[in-house]
Amino acid sequence: MTASPYLPLEARIADRHQESDTVFTLDLELTDAIARAAYRFEPGQFNMVYLYGVGEVAISIVSDPDDEHALGHTIRRVGRVTNGIAKLRKGDCLGIRGPYGRGWPVEEAQGRDVVLITGGLGCAPVVGVINYIVRRRDLFGHVTIIQGVKHSADLIWRGRYEQWATLPDTQVLLAADVAGPGWPWHQGRVTALLDQATLNPANTIVMMCGPEIMMRLTIDILLQRGIREQDIWLSMERNMQCAVGHCGHCQYGPQFVCKDGPVFCYPEVKALFGVSGF
Amino acid sequence: MDTILGPECMNSNEKIQGWMPRERFDELFGALSALGYTCYGPQVRDHAIVYARITSSGELPRGVTDAQQPGSYRLTHSEGGRWFDWANGPQALKPLLFAPRESLWRVARDAQGRLSFTPAAERPAKIALIGARACDLAALRLQDQHFLEGAYVDEAYAARRRNLLVVAVNCTRPASTCFCVSTGDGPRAASGFDIALTELDDGFVAEAGSPVGGEILGTLVFDAASRVQVKDADEAIAQGAQQQVRSLPSRNLRDVLFDNLDHPRWDDVAARCLSCGNCTSVCPTCFCHRETEEPQLDGTASGHLREWDSCFTQGHSYIHGLTVRAATRERYRQWLTHKLGSWHDQYGRSGCVGCGRCIAWCPVGIDIAEEATALHGGGK
Ligand SMILES: Cc1cc2nc3c(=O)[nH]c(=O)nc-3n(C[C@H](O)[C@H](O)[C@H](O)COP(=O)(O)OP(=O)(O)OC[C@H]3O[C@@H](n4cnc5c(N)ncnc54)[C@H](O)[C@@H]3O)c2cc1C
Ligand code: SF4
Ligand code: SF4
Ligand code: FES
Repeated sequence: MTASPYLPLEARIADRHQESDTVFTLDLELTDAIARAAYRFEPGQFNMVYLYGVGEVAISIVSDPDDEHALGHTIRRVGRVTNGIAKLRKGDCLGIRGPYGRGWPVEEAQGRDVVLITGGLGCAPVVGVINYIVRRRDLFGHVTIIQGVKHSADLIWRGRYEQWATLPDTQVLLAADVAGPGWPWHQGRVTALLDQATLNPANTIVMMCGPEIMMRLTIDILLQRGIREQDIWLSMERNMQCAVGHCGHCQYGPQFVCKDGPVFCYPEVKALFGVSGF
Repeated sequence: MDTILGPECMNSNEKIQGWMPRERFDELFGALSALGYTCYGPQVRDHAIVYARITSSGELPRGVTDAQQPGSYRLTHSEGGRWFDWANGPQALKPLLFAPRESLWRVARDAQGRLSFTPAAERPAKIALIGARACDLAALRLQDQHFLEGAYVDEAYAARRRNLLVVAVNCTRPASTCFCVSTGDGPRAASGFDIALTELDDGFVAEAGSPVGGEILGTLVFDAASRVQVKDADEAIAQGAQQQVRSLPSRNLRDVLFDNLDHPRWDDVAARCLSCGNCTSVCPTCFCHRETEEPQLDGTASGHLREWDSCFTQGHSYIHGLTVRAATRERYRQWLTHKLGSWHDQYGRSGCVGCGRCIAWCPVGIDIAEEATALHGGGK
């Protein structure tokens, strides 16, 4: 009998970092050596993380696929499952199954300019791919990193953004709707930052995630700037129970976000994007 | 003459039809149980015809038929005392394969907090289902596609599916709610069965649809059906087809529905719909389910289950901070655009097999065919 696609594997918290009041990163290690050695993933894919006695949630994998050590998961605590996971400590066990879904088009992006845009708190999936690209900097053209947050205090990994800004041929643009003291970057909408970005539409690929309203406004601007629809990629979120295309919860018109996404090329979701109720 | 309907009949191009006299029908139960099958068949329970365990023809709904209307299902007396003189009740084959609630796995936690996960190890019984209708076989095909033919196989469904034997009985008395002719799925069972029967007054015209079905019919040694019997059976099915009064405006409504997402009819139907989800529970193709957890009180183990869910519930589209489909209009629109629309993208055909259940079992009598027709007629 083949293994049940619904069955988690035990994983141990190898390390835990508190990133902000509500955000923390867990480095998870499968305890079974064979499963650990066999585990492969691509940037943008996710795991179902199981908290004993409570349930499972979809969490992107933010570490690098070539890293030998644990799988990084950056989690914002918002509700039932994530509040419980937030209480776990280094050495505690939970369950994971995955990886699931289609990740970012990192192969297609090679040799091209890359624009990475995130808004709100939806940063985890994109930060994973930023790390990926930065580590393989030579393979890509000009890199633009655009991140918007509601409040300046919401920006996690400030040091990383500052470091990325020092890299050659790399532009970092940050914005906060509400800026506290000592915020050197833009105050206002993330969409306003696009004006400052140097875009070469003929050779640019865009990857973004964040609230759908923000992505919609951003896509409008990108299209006005001459970026082609098929060069825009975005990561979507819908309720997920099974992650294997069976439970029906993540449907987005014809797509199952868990298996056809979560990363979509804009034309694949364009017909319903912005129609409320799907 | 030994076997008219042996396994070899599957290899000939010409379908061989046998004649099973009514008084010998019970031999079928014997043959099936000799092969290790537990039989399920139609029976009257709580004023409705449902599939339940059965051991003899005496338990079949003899002389019973149904009257179905939007929002209404009533059993009545049928003249002639036939056993399969009714159209489908609320329950499809779906619960036999895609269980309404079942365990997926269990996890044990030891004193050190280590977790060990064990998949649910169900050894399903071999089930022979007697009396399946064409629409439900079409729905079974779709559920097979969904649970078995994607990148991930649902093992529990697969195990039960492998152990299922189907004795179809062609529909000769559709309800007013039925429209399988319009969806192309009935009333004759064309495939997906091991044995198919057509009921006449004094017996059944029988046909094998699989090698095992041929073997079973072969051991029962029936005569070939006469030309008249075959003709009577064909006519009874054709007459059933003619009785159907409902239809969908087209077999592919995908573009019409997605081009009309702002149609005023959505508001109209939303004003009537209770968002109760009955339609999705009775629908033989709906596959949505949610996962739930049942922790043991002593903290040493927990069960992980799944149960049917519906796109009409609040939780179905909940993501933190947002319910994508908070309004009934959006939920009904999801149901219809999925069922009659995006199923074409996902499974190459509509998700409706014309069984009419969602019409009869809707407490306010919303009629999918009527809604689709209204949306189809009024373009933007
Ligand atoms: C593909 C994908 C990748 C994700 N990656 C991350 C990540 O890297 N970091 C992170 O912090 N969050 C991520 N999320 C969101 C995360 O899954 C939700 O925040 C989480 O499910 C909330 O669960 P809860 O029980 O704590 O909250 P509650 O509000 O109590 O939610 C109850 C239940 O609803 C469902 N649910 C609620 N919100 C979501 C949601 N946004 N997506 C899917 N199901 C939901 C879950 O089953 C959840 O258990 C991702 C979601 C998806 C779909
Ligand atoms: S949508 Fe209604 S008529 Fe069609 S298969 Fe489902 S229950 Fe039957
Ligand atoms: S989304 Fe609705 S119509 Fe589609 S399978 Fe799920 S419950 Fe049925
Ligand atoms: S999460 Fe279950 S179908 Fe996508």
